[in-house]
Amino acid sequence: MDIPKIKYSGRIKEISVAGGAVTVGGETSYPFHLFEGEMPHRPMIAMEVFDSPQDEWPQACLEPFTDVMRSPSAWAKKCVEKFGAEMICLQLAGADPNGLNRAAGELIPAVKEVAASVNVPVIVWGCENDDKDAEVLPKVAESIQDKKIIIGPATDKNYKKVGAACIAYGHTVVASTPIDINLAKQLNILLGDLGVPDSQIIIDLNIGGCTIGYGLEYTYSVMERQKQAALSQQDEKLQFPVLCNFARDVWKKREITLDDEKLGDKKKRGILFEAMTGCMLAIAGADILVMRHPEAVRLLKNMINNLTK
Amino acid sequence: MALTGIEIFKKLPKTNCGKCGVPTCLAFAMQLAAGKAELSACPFVSDAVKTELSEASAPPIRQVVIGTGDSAVKTGGETVLFRHEKTFVNPAALAVLISDEMNDAQVEERIKKFSELRYERVGLTLKPDLIAVKDTKGDPGAFAALVSRITGRTNAALILMSLKPEVISAGVKACAGQKPLIYAATGDNAEAMAGIAKENSCPLAVRGRDLDETAGLTQKLEAAGIRDMVIDPGSRSARQALEDEVAARRAPLLNKFRPLGFPTITFPCEMTQDPMEEALIASILIAKYAGIIVLSDLAGESLFPLLVTRLNIFTDPQRPMATREGIYEIGKPGDNSPVLVTTNFSLTYFIVSGEIETSRVPSWLLVQDAEGLSVLTAWAADKFVAETIAALVKKTGIADKIKHKKLVIPGAVARISGELEEELPGWEIIIGPREAAHIPAFLRQWKT
Repeated sequence: MDIPKIKYSGRIKEISVAGGAVTVGGETSYPFHLFEGEMPHRPMIAMEVFDSPQDEWPQACLEPFTDVMRSPSAWAKKCVEKFGAEMICLQLAGADPNGLNRAAGELIPAVKEVAASVNVPVIVWGCENDDKDAEVLPKVAESIQDKKIIIGPATDKNYKKVGAACIAYGHTVVASTPIDINLAKQLNILLGDLGVPDSQIIIDLNIGGCTIGYGLEYTYSVMERQKQAALSQQDEKLQFPVLCNFARDVWKKREITLDDEKLGDKKKRGILFEAMTGCMLAIAGADILVMRHPEAVRLLKNMINNLTK
Repeated sequence: MALTGIEIFKKLPKTNCGKCGVPTCLAFAMQLAAGKAELSACPFVSDAVKTELSEASAPPIRQVVIGTGDSAVKTGGETVLFRHEKTFVNPAALAVLISDEMNDAQVEERIKKFSELRYERVGLTLKPDLIAVKDTKGDPGAFAALVSRITGRTNAALILMSLKPEVISAGVKACAGQKPLIYAATGDNAEAMAGIAKENSCPLAVRGRDLDETAGLTQKLEAAGIRDMVIDPGSRSARQALEDEVAARRAPLLNKFRPLGFPTITFPCEMTQDPMEEALIASILIAKYAGIIVLSDLAGESLFPLLVTRLNIFTDPQRPMATREGIYEIGKPGDNSPVLVTTNFSLTYFIVSGEIETSRVPSWLLVQDAEGLSVLTAWAADKFVAETIAALVKKTGIADKIKHKKLVIPGAVARISGELEEELPGWEIIIGPREAAHIPAFLRQWKT
């Protein structure tokens, strides 16, 4: 019996990051539908590193990192060397005006240190305050000139500043929009008008922090619609690889920290919440998954392997 | 394309006798067109018309019912490939294995977990659905005893697993009238299994070595008069299972290929030894089309994530999920704890309650019924305004639980604070953060 095949007329753009060392995207079919298309680059897993210690994390997340939490470069190295991270995502949470409110000057050393300490692609993620990111991210872009990094999020409020800095220093920009393909398309057009080449754009469709049990269906469906529009309706402005920065949302959920016999082993539950959210996002079409717990990373990597080998 | 209700109506006897269970032939035709009725319910339709219409009126993927009464499980009946097109119909049913190799205590423990591991969420009870009883010894007596033991303890819908007709026969007798799913008819035993299924009106699972053999078997069984089937195309790896699931969903929907127009049964329990990996495979099968998912065991740490994933995937994409209006206690709030208000869009509620939880500041959260809209949308639609919030504050009697009179409203609706102070004399309205993510920082500075 022949499987009824979908006629795809488009493909996801292949985006080279880190100066061409690594390529993401390039899919010619729905995710993992290898019987009718190609997935030349498997979804990649980036592990989180923060500019400041995260002492409030649940115990399960602290354990693997207690020895490195006070040094972003040691943290990044451990993720790559010990836990097999394929990329590093430095989350500049400390920039948040409602938190530590660290200035760009205080953050740049961590950025430089992390970029210098690993040989995998580096993503630098702002604090998601549009104004603060507009101030900090261009300085981040400027501070790294000897290699190419991925910088996000650029939103409809700050894309000009973030986008312009990425053009100037040749970095890849992540365009973030809140769970709506039309908004995603619009921001991609705006970035294009600004002069950001398509080859330097990755998109993020999940502002809002959806995870399993918490609105996953919105992200899941918007990602499936993006793949449909990109692959079957030749919507060029949606043919970009997708990044999902979701681990921080997972580990904040109340069921992660509850002591409840019916919810089983707390540590395994948290790991599965993260791995399963990642798994659903991969099935919906994520190209880069930003994750936290080493065991969740191992599980999802293994799953991606099994689905592609 | 399927026929419309009017096209079907033209071919019906137009007696309006009501014997089909629907008052008029036109209404019956509409139900046929929607795949909600079967032509065989009409006693007067001619054989010629029957043949002509049966193809067009049958739903592309058959809906199959396993079990009886409250614990009956419906599977199949799906009409689309993507959930954003139309709501998926029947949530993937989760089954847990009990085998004749387990001792009494192990069997008891598993039944206990099946009965106790259930979770309340947004007004729903999330729970596993089926028990799969597996024969490994080929001993009809032992199998029947195991089935009896289980039915004595729970009214769960059952899957009876054996390739030996005599074992299945004994099992079916041990749970007479309960319509278990028989697993499985294969190329070797199809005739005998069909006989048992027919005699006991049980749905029958069909297992082929691959999709082709499975499709061949369902055709053969359909010719023998079996209609309620569930298919297992034999895949036992995640990659092959995904491929087969996509094929079994597309073939009937896109190509009208009936032999695969049945719900599927899948076995993550046979795809890995690692329970965590098994849970991930099961999650993929929830998203990609499995009818039934058989798990090796139940554990809260994996069952709960699977159940909420299923809830997400099978939610109606058109209608926002809403949570119940009222007072929610987060932590153990006392009479000095802060009171916050938000709308009942479940995502809003989940995010806000999650952030309050993160703050570790015990709080009262008032949730107002705004027809499942988020804060700004509800405000714009006049459903989350000073009047409605004031009414909620009075209705819930929150004032009796606290010593202060301070109410925190979402920063996004800061502009209503003046009006709300007028509506709630004596209350101080405090403008909270615009973004839920800033709630923890906000609450940690709370002072009454």
